[in-house]
Amino acid sequence: MTTAPGSVTAQRAGLTGLARPGHPTAGPPRRRRRPRLARWSGWLWVLPALVMYAVFVLRPLALTFQYSLYHWNGIGVARWAGLSNYATVFTDRDLLKIVGNAFILIIFFSFIPVSLGLLVAALARRISSGPFGTTVRTILFLPQIIPLVAAGIAWSWLLSSTGLVNQALRAIGQDGLARAWLGEFDTALPSVGFIGAWVLLGLCTILLITGISKIDPALYESARLDGAGPIREFFAITLPSLRQEIGVCLTVTVIAALASFDIVYIATGGGPGLQTTVPGLEIYRLAFAQRQVGLASALGVVLMALVLICVLPIQRLTREEKE
Amino acid sequence: MNLTRREQLTGRVFLIALVVVTLLPFLSMLSAALQPRGTVPTGLAWPTDPHWGNFVDAFTVANMGALLRSSLLIVAGVVPASVLIATMAGFGLGHLRVPGGRFVFLLFLLGLTLPFEAVITPIYYQVQDLGLLNTRWAIILPLIGLYMPFAVFWMRAHFVNVPRELADAARVDGSNTWQLFWRVQVPLARPAIASLTILLFLWTWNQFLLAIVLVDDSTKRTMAGALGAFQGQWGTDQVLLCAGSLLILTPTLIVFLIFQRQFIKALLQGSLKG
Repeated sequence: MTTAPGSVTAQRAGLTGLARPGHPTAGPPRRRRRPRLARWSGWLWVLPALVMYAVFVLRPLALTFQYSLYHWNGIGVARWAGLSNYATVFTDRDLLKIVGNAFILIIFFSFIPVSLGLLVAALARRISSGPFGTTVRTILFLPQIIPLVAAGIAWSWLLSSTGLVNQALRAIGQDGLARAWLGEFDTALPSVGFIGAWVLLGLCTILLITGISKIDPALYESARLDGAGPIREFFAITLPSLRQEIGVCLTVTVIAALASFDIVYIATGGGPGLQTTVPGLEIYRLAFAQRQVGLASALGVVLMALVLICVLPIQRLTREEKE
Repeated sequence: MNLTRREQLTGRVFLIALVVVTLLPFLSMLSAALQPRGTVPTGLAWPTDPHWGNFVDAFTVANMGALLRSSLLIVAGVVPASVLIATMAGFGLGHLRVPGGRFVFLLFLLGLTLPFEAVITPIYYQVQDLGLLNTRWAIILPLIGLYMPFAVFWMRAHFVNVPRELADAARVDGSNTWQLFWRVQVPLARPAIASLTILLFLWTWNQFLLAIVLVDDSTKRTMAGALGAFQGQWGTDQVLLCAGSLLILTPTLIVFLIFQRQFIKALLQGSLKG
């Protein structure tokens, strides 16, 4: 994808004329004869990255598995626990509720941005490259640029009892609906989900519009000639062509939902009660506040597995077409 | 594309609605930040007498100078090192095709979807053992490791697509691998490296979990971590909180507005490949 500007750079690097036709290059045989030592010395290039990865990801990963088999308060002697921490994760009502919350968040983090994004993308079809398009694109990307913490703070304010949401409701005469959205039992989790939807909607929309702009316009023209309406057009052309982009949106947003932490920590701290507690937050609490390192680690392993279980099928479905 | 006028209009209306929804939180925060200190602001109301001085207060209270310095130090520790070793590894795996490279690559892929929460506990104890808790190294070193799956994946994808003839020609010219890397491959990889740099900068600047777990002192944290601490401390003073949050966001916004094209390209590519 970058060969055109790249080859210019290569020439500047003093390799002008390297692809000169008729130049007697004895390419392939020479390459084959590269000594074995040279091939192994290539490992030196990979080693620094591999060491950092091994020390700060692979080792902690192995330790998470190990901790999950013990009862440990982080300081004293660890007691062998077998699989009992996992049994707790799968039977404890609070923990099950917490895992369930993460799945409810998927509806908000994934389903809303992807379907709304599809709607907007299908209607807009493309964003012009003029000033209007650039402005729109820039603004829609803002939620991706700011830290999730900031999104949490902003929306805590908007959803508070004197915030913009209630102000708007009162302005249209719906005073009865006004409430402390993040503080009440029934509305807290959907409100947190709404914040996530706000963060991810712009990214999904732009990704989908970019996808649509790659569709051959001739497809739409022939559909028009066949008398297809906008809805038929959407299901016959737009949706199938966007398979890869939809897959990307789903992957990104599902991971964001299952592994959510920042927004919840800032907006509600997991409350009221356990209404908005998600696995990420519970791991943090168990490990660092309640000193139940074993249980926290078991929940960590389960969270990791859940992400894989949800993401791998999405990947498979979208990669298929490319083979 | 032969869209009818009405269709174009509907598309625009929806896009503008989306833009408004995206901007409202920022506007509402600004309107709250300009109210007099100690009052209870309401959602969106342009103050008759805007108190711009609140931003000055917030600048002092939040210790902005120290926060900026801390975030910059962390970014300086994480990003160049990560980009360099990931580029080298991508070169080794994608171009040199080291023996056993396929296995190592799969090992890196393993970490691609890993939620940081799943490894944060052992990382805490490990950093404690290294005696680095409450220092910036506590954020820098683990982040480099945690970025490797994506960064290596990204750079390898680039090197796999570089035509082999280029390297062969350089070999004929008598370059060794070291020269081939710096004189041919790195200049060619510049767009991929630029995008990776932008993404890692953004992720580091906005990293929250590692900051709150590993560093107590908010002046040794990332911007996001500092923002979290600021909210913890001033959460009840809505006016100051909004002013401070906007202030803490400003550096990111400025950098984004300057490099918006590159940012958007990087984020789009980043999610497409990730």
